[in-house]
Amino acid sequence: MKLEVFEPRIVAFVCNWCTYIAADAAGVARARYASNVRLIRTMCSGRIDPQFIMSAFEKGADGVLMCGCHPGDCHYREGNYKALRRYILLKRLLPQLGINEDRLRLEWISASEPEKFRRVADDITEQIRQIGPLIENGGE
Amino acid sequence: MADKPKVAFYWCASCGGCEEAVVDLAEEILDVVEAVDIVFWPVALDFKVEDVEAMEDGSIAVSFINGAVRLSEQEEMAHLLRQKSQLVIAFGSCSHLGGVPGLANLWDKASIFDYYYVSGPTVEHGENIEVPEVKIEVPEGTLELPEFWDEVKSLDQVVKVDYYLPGCPPTVKIVSNAIKAILSGDLPPPGSVLAGTRALCYECPLNDSKPEKLLVKEIKRVHEVEIDPETCLLAQGLLCLGPVTRGGCESLCIEGHMPCTGCFGPLDEVLDQGAKGLSFLSSIIDADEEEEILQILDKVPDPVGVFYRYSLPRLSLTSKKEVKLGG
Ligand code: SF4
Ligand code: SF4
Ligand code: FES
Repeated sequence: MKLEVFEPRIVAFVCNWCTYIAADAAGVARARYASNVRLIRTMCSGRIDPQFIMSAFEKGADGVLMCGCHPGDCHYREGNYKALRRYILLKRLLPQLGINEDRLRLEWISASEPEKFRRVADDITEQIRQIGPLIENGGE
Repeated sequence: MADKPKVAFYWCASCGGCEEAVVDLAEEILDVVEAVDIVFWPVALDFKVEDVEAMEDGSIAVSFINGAVRLSEQEEMAHLLRQKSQLVIAFGSCSHLGGVPGLANLWDKASIFDYYYVSGPTVEHGENIEVPEVKIEVPEGTLELPEFWDEVKSLDQVVKVDYYLPGCPPTVKIVSNAIKAILSGDLPPPGSVLAGTRALCYECPLNDSKPEKLLVKEIKRVHEVEIDPETCLLAQGLLCLGPVTRGGCESLCIEGHMPCTGCFGPLDEVLDQGAKGLSFLSSIIDADEEEEILQILDKVPDPVGVFYRYSLPRLSLTSKKEVKLGG
């Protein structure tokens, strides 16, 4: 019997100044990471509007990753702290909606950490694979 | 007499407050009432569904429908009134966004029925628990009830809506303005929300005392403070949603020393009222360390209830529940 492997769809919102560069460097170095992670570049993690995250889940993402510069390193000074506060509130909100909070994750990945990006991408893919797909399940 | 525009009122899943709001109008718009012919209003007048069915399509000038849509019967009535009316107006938060009854979308039909008819603390656990059926045979014949859905919907999720009157309930002022606009034909583009276009703060009498850059170290619940009626409530640490809520309500809650809870809904450019509110709160919390943030947010134990209080049915995510509650 052939086992179907679930390939999760993961949307990663990444800051232009850090994680995006790290992801690019990982690519240039031909590091292999899970192709499940689709990047969306934002100018800062503070630009990751919670509406984007809810809408990603609504439109079929099984997991969402928010990535920004390490604390103290944000180019706009406090965008990443705002991202952190949004993340904390969203983690409280998702379970109320009946959604596993581990589907949302926040990571600080600087431009010089392509290896960390690779590891996080693989890791979240594996984690969401374990959790399973986020599908319509409101029925009886 | 025959030339007066025909008007209908209907209620779906509602608390009755919107009907009260219509009654409250009476003095304000006596002239207007004179000018129209109310052809259907189940709460107040004895017209039947058959009377509406017998009307020609499009013969009702405007139908005001309040309440969310929870039952099959409500959807049928919404379709019937849509067919018979030139304009359909979603009246009140429930009709506009799903409203407070829409919070039931945190559960589904099975878990709601289970709680209310089987396992809830107020249910006596006997042998013959009967959960309502759509059809039941009794000696006298077949009895039928409307279907109860898994989800509560806003009116525009079942029929095309021409205009929205927000509010829980809509104020006398916005309703009478809307009726006058309809009668005179002086209406904004279809799909508009007939209220303010800017955030409540712009018209709030306390706005002058709102600091330019507002940050809060502590969120307070209303029962924990003696409210200073002269100072912006948010600046006092009360979670007022005025900055992210459509204005036009004449700041009634603020005048009553209560923070805005968002019943006029989001501004035009916002799709997801709840996510927007959450974002707003995140930007005014004056802390950068996880522990301190968590401690401040202890006062917001129910983010869905705070940010999605009036608009949960707009969030299709609730149909993806992984954790089945109750049932
Ligand atoms: S909008 Fe408010 S007043 Fe109107 S039916 Fe809903 S809960 Fe009641
Ligand atoms: S936050 Fe609330 S109290 Fe303060 S100005 Fe805005 S609406 Fe008024
Ligand atoms: S610039 Fe990278 S998080 Fe703000």
